[in-house]
Amino acid sequence: MTSSASLSAPTTSAAPAAPLGPLSSAPLAPPSAGAAPPGVVRTTYRNAIREAIRAAMLADERVFLMGEDVGRYGGCYAVSKGLLEEFGPERIRDTPLSESAFVGAGIGAALGGMRPIVEVMTCNFSLLALDQIMNNAAALLHMSGGQCNVPLVIRMATGAGRQVAAQHSHSLEGWYAHIPGIRILAPATIEDARGMLGTALRDSDPVLIFEHATLYSLEGDLAADAGEVPIDRAAVRRPGSRVSLITYGGTLRKTLQAAEQLATSGIDAEVIDLRTLRPLDTPTILESVRKTHRAVIVDEGWRSGSLSAEISARITEGVFYELDAPVARVCSAEVPMPYPRHLEEAALPQAEAIVAAARATIGADG
Amino acid sequence: MSGDTQQRADGADRVRDVALLRAMLRVRRFEERCAELYQQEKIRGFLHLYIGEEAVAAGVLQALGAEDAVVATYREHGHALLRGVSARAIMAEMYGKQEGCSRGRGGSMHLFDVATRFYGGNAIVGGGLPIAAGLALADALQRRPRVTACFFGDGAVAEGEFHETLNLAALWRLPVLFCCENNLYAMGTALARAQAQTNLAIKAAAYGMPAWTVDGMDVIAVADAATRAVAAVRAGAGPFFLELRTYRFRPHSMFDPELYRAKAEVEEWKQRDPIAALTARLRGAGLVDDAALAAIERDAQAEIDDAVAFAEAGSWEPVAELTRFVYSGPASAGAHT
Repeated sequence: MTSSASLSAPTTSAAPAAPLGPLSSAPLAPPSAGAAPPGVVRTTYRNAIREAIRAAMLADERVFLMGEDVGRYGGCYAVSKGLLEEFGPERIRDTPLSESAFVGAGIGAALGGMRPIVEVMTCNFSLLALDQIMNNAAALLHMSGGQCNVPLVIRMATGAGRQVAAQHSHSLEGWYAHIPGIRILAPATIEDARGMLGTALRDSDPVLIFEHATLYSLEGDLAADAGEVPIDRAAVRRPGSRVSLITYGGTLRKTLQAAEQLATSGIDAEVIDLRTLRPLDTPTILESVRKTHRAVIVDEGWRSGSLSAEISARITEGVFYELDAPVARVCSAEVPMPYPRHLEEAALPQAEAIVAAARATIGADG
Repeated sequence: MSGDTQQRADGADRVRDVALLRAMLRVRRFEERCAELYQQEKIRGFLHLYIGEEAVAAGVLQALGAEDAVVATYREHGHALLRGVSARAIMAEMYGKQEGCSRGRGGSMHLFDVATRFYGGNAIVGGGLPIAAGLALADALQRRPRVTACFFGDGAVAEGEFHETLNLAALWRLPVLFCCENNLYAMGTALARAQAQTNLAIKAAAYGMPAWTVDGMDVIAVADAATRAVAAVRAGAGPFFLELRTYRFRPHSMFDPELYRAKAEVEEWKQRDPIAALTARLRGAGLVDDAALAAIERDAQAEIDDAVAFAEAGSWEPVAELTRFVYSGPASAGAHT
């Protein structure tokens, strides 16, 4: 690609990426009641993403943020609050409501040597930019015979749970995971909210980050020196032996709750957080199922043609003879998301359904 | 725009005008060979010929510098050739050989060459406009005095991406030269059957940028307009829009029975062939003669013969490399699924 004439790239991008530390396999730390211990800061998922953007912009002049209301408004979910004041309007760019144009402009800017972060307000709106994402971002490298890589990061909110009905609630990351040429991330923890963006910006290819909208206010502790994390493998969030509960993003906490409920009746569940939906870390999934012989996939997407279907197929292809029960799935009901709370809750995967599915796989549903 | 050679005594312009004739003839002869090769099934898939419209690419591209960028459509053989992509690499690409400018992965519709800043070869109508805005944004952010020329047809004017991008480029004063190749048909849909307002420059002007309508069959008019527009864009005046009124002499693609337009209309436009028109003018001005024209033809044929030989001798990419170029880095299908 054309080299930057006047902007300095960070030295780290020219050198091979520093090895990244192991993923935390400890259970998620519950929010501590008092002050954070030394070396740890209390923060939120939202602030962790903001800190990731800040760090990236401070480290690399080629990084800039653009999207609807990212500047003066401070971001629809307040992720970018304060960044306009810190970095100015050239690097924190409010855009018109033109998803296709500003996502495409992100692609062009990436081709031109920049490292754009494009924020799309919600997953449903990203469909207005689907042409650019699929026909250009994902295809340019291949169509050009390897010449035009697109180092672009697109962030968007995904998922339901806030009673915002059928045009602001869907989980379409599984659709995007269908597309070769892009990488799909789903940070479910504060550590990943802080760490995935920087790693994504180092990637030479387009990366889409799906941030579940119910997670922005999630509070927790984060190591004061937290930084980039790997984006190529799943994490075991709770080791267990009887059944593998496989999930990502907004359903991780519900799945961990389900695992705790199962533990009270003596069922030791393992919880896998996929973290990266494309490429899938198939070895980690298969290794877990080889150990537990049972799998429940929890996916907020619709069941038909979903990511959960893909994972189920891989388990069947990879460890069919290790299975002691059919693979089970807990997905969203196949309905555009309804507005009333009781119907929305009924449409979404809930801990009770996960517990029931897990118990069914071990014949303990009676 | 004035395109009157009688008033153009400047020697540099004369050299340019002869170069424009050479450029248009190269493209015309190259594509005539492409049509033959398509009949011989050497070139497959879709093939969209630019024959009749050569004045647009020739006139605009001569105005650009090496650091500028070009974003074109699926009817882009001429643009690639005149931008400096070798005839060899283009022809090999159409053959699907790995010596092609996109290693054979793209074909006729997806010619790319980063070395000449030629960013496709974009076959979703309107899809190239946002990319052009982004290339220009990168230049603006990096304080590079570059221009991105973005070609698209009248069909793109009906797409949302046209309107979104013109607005964004004007709002951010991005250095884009928008070149609307209005050949009056979006595949088979006549402009008047698709647009309530058929004066396309008016639409661009509404977004707050200078917009000129130019006779796209008069290469000197195109060249003069483009030269002035590029200078304005490079000087930081923001985007510029040229509506270049032209006509496609051949079918939309090789599969088009042309049921949507009258043969008489096509014949009428052929009377305005930009190559014949410029030839006549240059002859009249004493700038070319039979010998000079023969030399131009000979050079074009030699270049094309060489390109065809190169493509014929090219090699097929091994099937084992099928999953390369999906992600950067080494080929590895399993690692990315």
